[in-house]
Amino acid sequence: MTTPARPRQPELRVVLVDDHALFRTGVRAEIDGSVDVVGEAEDVDSAVASIVEHRPDVVLLDVHLPGGGGTQVIAKVHRTLPEMRFLALSVSDAAEDVIGVIRAGARGYVTKSIAGKELVEAIGRVADGDAVFSPRLAGFVLDAFAGTIEVAQVDEDLDRLTEREREVMRLIARGYAYKEVAKELFISIKTVETHVSSVLRKLQLSSRHELTRWASDRRLI
Amino acid sequence: MTSTAADAAGGYEYRRAYRPADSRMIGGVAEGLAAHFGVNVFWVRLAFVVATWFNGVGILAYGLLWWLLPIDPDTEDPDTPAGIRAATRRGLRTPSGRGPQALSDPVQTIALLALGLGVLLLTQAVGWGLGTSALIPVLVAVVGVALVWRQVDQTRWNRWVTQPTGWAAVARLSLGLALVSAAVIFAVGQRSGMDALLDVSAVLLIAVIGIALLVGPWIYRLTRELGAERTERARTQERADVAAHLHDSVLQTLAILQKNSDNPRMVATLARRQERELREWLYGSRRPPETTLRGALDAAASQVEDDHGVPVEVVGVGDLALNPHGEALVRAAGEAIVNAAKHSGAEAIDVYAEVGGDDVAVFVRDRGAGFDPDGVGTSEAGTKMGIRESIVARMERHGGTAEIRSAPGDGTEVRLSMPRHRLDEGEES
Repeated sequence: MTTPARPRQPELRVVLVDDHALFRTGVRAEIDGSVDVVGEAEDVDSAVASIVEHRPDVVLLDVHLPGGGGTQVIAKVHRTLPEMRFLALSVSDAAEDVIGVIRAGARGYVTKSIAGKELVEAIGRVADGDAVFSPRLAGFVLDAFAGTIEVAQVDEDLDRLTEREREVMRLIARGYAYKEVAKELFISIKTVETHVSSVLRKLQLSSRHELTRWASDRRLI
Repeated sequence: MTSTAADAAGGYEYRRAYRPADSRMIGGVAEGLAAHFGVNVFWVRLAFVVATWFNGVGILAYGLLWWLLPIDPDTEDPDTPAGIRAATRRGLRTPSGRGPQALSDPVQTIALLALGLGVLLLTQAVGWGLGTSALIPVLVAVVGVALVWRQVDQTRWNRWVTQPTGWAAVARLSLGLALVSAAVIFAVGQRSGMDALLDVSAVLLIAVIGIALLVGPWIYRLTRELGAERTERARTQERADVAAHLHDSVLQTLAILQKNSDNPRMVATLARRQERELREWLYGSRRPPETTLRGALDAAASQVEDDHGVPVEVVGVGDLALNPHGEALVRAAGEAIVNAAKHSGAEAIDVYAEVGGDDVAVFVRDRGAGFDPDGVGTSEAGTKMGIRESIVARMERHGGTAEIRSAPGDGTEVRLSMPRHRLDEGEES
């Protein structure tokens, strides 16, 4: 039902960062063969070292890490390698974690229960420069850009989603794959990818104040 | 009022009075007594104030009880998730507020104190009480003693020791001592003339320093030990919490998993359920209650995961409290989830709930076998009957709509929608 992994000429090179060896072994077993896991790391320092050494196409990054967490890894690596692409892969589905790592610069967020095939697909997308939204992340985004952020004072364009972007997010939150979103909205997959990337950009660039307020409001619920 | 545990055990156990560890005005004595005797705290406070008029018996009694009554060991709400309780004990989060009466409490007590003070002054004026010359020193001394006493209250000790801003505690203690000293100096000065004041001050100062030197190290050591003991006890409790939970849930589940390792479906179901329970245990307070749309959908999804072994992911935007129409919406969604789990053969089910300005929508989607919604007389007739009755008809009865989109091989999506105003009905009443 999901799109078959697109044919890739050279295998994608991936560095896997997670502080639990057991989990790394599990993920490696699931995705090895489809991608090339060139390095593993278990904390912030070893992750930065490994990424700088191997220069992978995509970094699979845990959110909770000894030494400061996934956001620290992104910040440190982006200082020297601004083009490095991160896909957050976490057991946590708390809004603070999800939004935090995306705003730090990750290009997508998937939870650890994701199936191996879908994970490989997500890695491929991130390697191509696209964004990856899990249903949960799409839900957070809709939540964040609705209600509390409706009255954007700083930058109207940035702090709002267009109607089309909102529709795309809604469908992803409902569990649609990109292909299905495209079919539903009568647009091409390329257009879906464009919308998703622009939502990610807005999410990362929106005024910090508004999103912070959203996060703290949410915690009260 | 009756001691249930003791009765059950067959013997009689004295029911002890405790002071609550939080939600208190001064020392929690009045509240502790009120809870013990089952009367309103107002009357206890009034009794203390009235007793104070008789040569300060009330204050004396209050002070004594403050000293004698132990802190309630079970102030913690047993319903709080263990992870949250452990985090609270470790100081990783702040305990929840005092509750709705928190605002009226201080007001009530201040009013009572003012009343008591007024009556006290009145008795002075009439000439029954202490001499005017002694009254003001006594009042000042009482405030000073209260300040000192408050510092020595055992529940404060832990914070006193651990708080990096120890100077605040020292300042309060010094202020209290200074007030007491001032009261004594004032009293002596009024009786024996100002000449004696200097001598008395010197003597007092020397006495205070002497006492501080004598008792200071002892108090310091005592507080240190007490703090250490409390920390240790908290750690032990926390470890016990974790151990108990791990034993009851994780270990048991792991044991079952080992025995059933050849049954992948069961392994997945158990792992999924364990994950959910662990999350709930650790962060339970964040879960919306089942009286809200999100909470109820979560509960319905959990039920299906348990019964059918299919993971259900619930994503929500916004939330609201449920009225009967909302409950119908949740039941229809629950039915759709069950149908998807039973008949679609999908590996996972996605549920999305969105509370919009005009309407509230719930989508239940699977990528399973799907069926032809227009097909008649197929083997799925029974299922379709269920859909029509429990989903479509139910939604329509409550003013909503249900749409089922499905095609063989393409999965199924059930779209439920209800106007917002129906879900807000009855909220104000």
